[in-house]
Amino acid sequence: MNAGEIGQLQQIVGDLLAEAEKQGASSAEAGVHRQRGLDVTVRLGETETIEHTNDQGLGVTVYFGQRKGSANTTDLRPQAVRETVAAACRIARHTSEDPAAGLAEAEMMASEIPDLDLDHPWEIDALQAAGIARECEDAARAHDTRIHNSEGASLHTQSTLFVYGNSHGFIGGYPSTRHSLSCAVLAQQGDEMQRDYWYTSSRIPTGLEPAHTVGIEAARRTVARLGSRKIKTTQCPVLFKADLAPGLLRSLIGAIRGPALYRKASFLLDKLGEPIFPDWVIIDENPLLRQGMASAPFDNEGVTTRPRKIVDGGVLQGYVLDSYAARKLGMQTTGNAGGVRNARIDSTGESFEELLKRLDTGLLVTEMMGQGSNLVTGDYSRGAAGFWVENGEIAFPVEEVTVAGNLRDMFQGLLAVGADNQIPGSIDTGSWLIDRMTVAGD
Amino acid sequence: MTQPLELARQTLLDGPGLNERALSQVMDKLLSSRVDAADMYFQYSRLESWVLDDGIIKEGNHSIEQGAGLRAVSGDKTGFAYTDDLVLPQLLEAADAARAIARAGQSGREMIAARGDVPQLYAALNPLESLSEQEKLELMRKLDAAARAADPRVQQVTVSLVAVHDTVLVINDQGQLAGDVRPLVRLNVSVIAEQNGRREQGSSGGGARRALDFFLEEERALGYAREAVRQALVNLEAVDAPAGMLPVVLGPGWPGVLLHEAVGHGLEGDFNRKGTSAFSGRMGEKVASALCTVVDDGTLPDRRGSLSIDDEGTPAQHTVLIENGVLKGYMQDKMNARLMGMPETGNGRRESYAHLPMPRMTNTYMLPGEHDPQEIIASVDKGLYAVNFGGGQVDITSGKFVFSANEAYLIENGRITAPVKGATLIGNGPEAMTRISMVGNDLQLDSGVGTCGKEGQSVPVGVGQPTLKIDEMTVGGTAT
Repeated sequence: MNAGEIGQLQQIVGDLLAEAEKQGASSAEAGVHRQRGLDVTVRLGETETIEHTNDQGLGVTVYFGQRKGSANTTDLRPQAVRETVAAACRIARHTSEDPAAGLAEAEMMASEIPDLDLDHPWEIDALQAAGIARECEDAARAHDTRIHNSEGASLHTQSTLFVYGNSHGFIGGYPSTRHSLSCAVLAQQGDEMQRDYWYTSSRIPTGLEPAHTVGIEAARRTVARLGSRKIKTTQCPVLFKADLAPGLLRSLIGAIRGPALYRKASFLLDKLGEPIFPDWVIIDENPLLRQGMASAPFDNEGVTTRPRKIVDGGVLQGYVLDSYAARKLGMQTTGNAGGVRNARIDSTGESFEELLKRLDTGLLVTEMMGQGSNLVTGDYSRGAAGFWVENGEIAFPVEEVTVAGNLRDMFQGLLAVGADNQIPGSIDTGSWLIDRMTVAGD
Repeated sequence: MTQPLELARQTLLDGPGLNERALSQVMDKLLSSRVDAADMYFQYSRLESWVLDDGIIKEGNHSIEQGAGLRAVSGDKTGFAYTDDLVLPQLLEAADAARAIARAGQSGREMIAARGDVPQLYAALNPLESLSEQEKLELMRKLDAAARAADPRVQQVTVSLVAVHDTVLVINDQGQLAGDVRPLVRLNVSVIAEQNGRREQGSSGGGARRALDFFLEEERALGYAREAVRQALVNLEAVDAPAGMLPVVLGPGWPGVLLHEAVGHGLEGDFNRKGTSAFSGRMGEKVASALCTVVDDGTLPDRRGSLSIDDEGTPAQHTVLIENGVLKGYMQDKMNARLMGMPETGNGRRESYAHLPMPRMTNTYMLPGEHDPQEIIASVDKGLYAVNFGGGQVDITSGKFVFSANEAYLIENGRITAPVKGATLIGNGPEAMTRISMVGNDLQLDSGVGTCGKEGQSVPVGVGQPTLKIDEMTVGGTAT
């Protein structure tokens, strides 16, 4: 993607806004994106699929006073621009007057658009991509004789161009890239068959873990599951491995999002300024992280994004709001239209081995299944697999159990966050040690 | 009425100005490598959605997706590319990218006439225009009012209405042309009720391949509002769910998500061809109790999971998966059927033109048995009666599956007693199926709400079952 293409997309956004005004809208906002990519999967040493992805789309929201309507399409031609605006205007004739509706306030618009170093295209063809995926899968299959089958290894690369503008005169756009390599293999022992996977992702091709490292980790995780059994139903401390812990942070984020709050559908309702974690917990958000997987120089309403603390000293410092939710709550937008960008919880410094020692006897969870978390009540019950830990040592693999509790108690019962994060993703956290949960098994 | 194929041609070929000559040119390009199969999938999809929240019509959206996906298959290798532009140069470029999966060349085949006489399982109508905007919004407001009037503890009501008009055209390397016009409507009501500072939610809805007046029949929509309120009020009284192994009685209908997770995914052809499923190589073996006969049936008229033709142009079928406990069949798309030497079953589905087809379920359900549901509950001393579920998930390799109950009760001494909080149930598919000891005579299909995810692709599906009893299953509550 190049500067010329940014210009083209800016032109389309400009056309959308002009067309909205022409069709009578009092204000409007529009976004356009174009994405190209390559997805190559190798299975059992042979190229299995080569997918060329090529997506584009435009979306517009129009306001007639306090009524709004929106429309989008995958067609970027001039005629589609007119028709899409007309469709949005038709919708707006039927929606209700909503005092909270409208663009984000003009003074909140990002005045400059910092370069966050998100764009590192990978000039790679299908043959080269297959070579990397094959190296990854080969390493996994060679790692252990019990690895008998494979779901394959996939290399994925994509380049995205995104432009947003609104009738405050804001217009901004930026290119970004995303690359990933993943591998899933199967192991067999007697009648038992297990599967697991591993992956790496980055904004930069050279930021990916080496292919053989990813393959070996996939194999190691799979083989470690052989001999899994159920355990007796019990209450015990639970250690959530670093690659699963982001799910717990997502539950926090889900419960402090605008719609959950103004609909009073959150177990963290009215908890702003209240302790929801032990006093050492600090959770921050840094949307401006260079090369960050969720970084963005402005949010989905053109609002400036800035680093902030979500939790400090265990106390909830702020909600996750766009301008609509902010108006509903009588607050100000937190620049989170489109979500939280690069959340991070401070570690308490323990290595993974040290966490196992601290867990002493309990369950190490390495896989979760199903949804099972209710953000209205905080009730939490999910399928799990992992390892039983005795006296700080892994004793045997465990499967077909559930872990249950209430998120409120789980947050308050957080004992440690490890310094063992292997995957720098959009949520950066080490493993979570939680004091006590119910594990249901036999 | 105009046939779906004719409508699909008009929308997807005549509209953008493509003719058969152009299509032949693209197909020739796709086939200019040594491929076993190739197809082109054209799609034009319109979606309209409305949301009522806080007592007002808060949001509306209109969406158009169009494009063509081109695929070349050589053995078990697939090349795929797609374009949003339905014009010849873009189609040729996509064909060129897709065919790169195979190397040496071969000559193209001639386009031949369209196939016909496939039974139509739903009308080729546009549901977006089946009610006026006024009527749509009036219906939503009526549901909001009904939910609020049902009980003073109701604090929040959200109603969403979605209508999709999907037109597809498939052209394969044999020159066969198949088209379909697929209406799909969905209505949902969710509420939050509050009592003494405790808040709980309830949600209910339905859908079909029909016009929107589906919701007006027999006060169907009002039923959703009442049901959402009832669930929220039940949950206000719920106590902690038990933890550990218990007999579980599942209610009829939507709890059939059990079958979708415990056996459905494991019987999809791709996993079995690759030997990655817990059911791989077990054809003809006993994999469930003799009371179990499970089918996948894409031919039920108007159902959300039904398809007159699948996304490869194969007519939908009624496929017996398990008969009296014995594994009888897999669900197949064309590629996996060919590679396994098995019949196609009309289960080749894709989320859109921008995704590759693969074997997917349609409507998956268990046939009724002989027991009175009351008898089944009466047979349990201490157990769980679960009647409503959220989502589920399965690890097809180990066979472990979960599904999360959001309305359940204790059974004590053969009687349903206290409601319990939501809890996840976990089991092993083949094992859980052999523990089914009673099957009710009350088969129900779900109300048309299911969406299934696989490898990042979502498709609408249906599930169903009679009341049934599983002798033992792990219930993931907190009360020990």
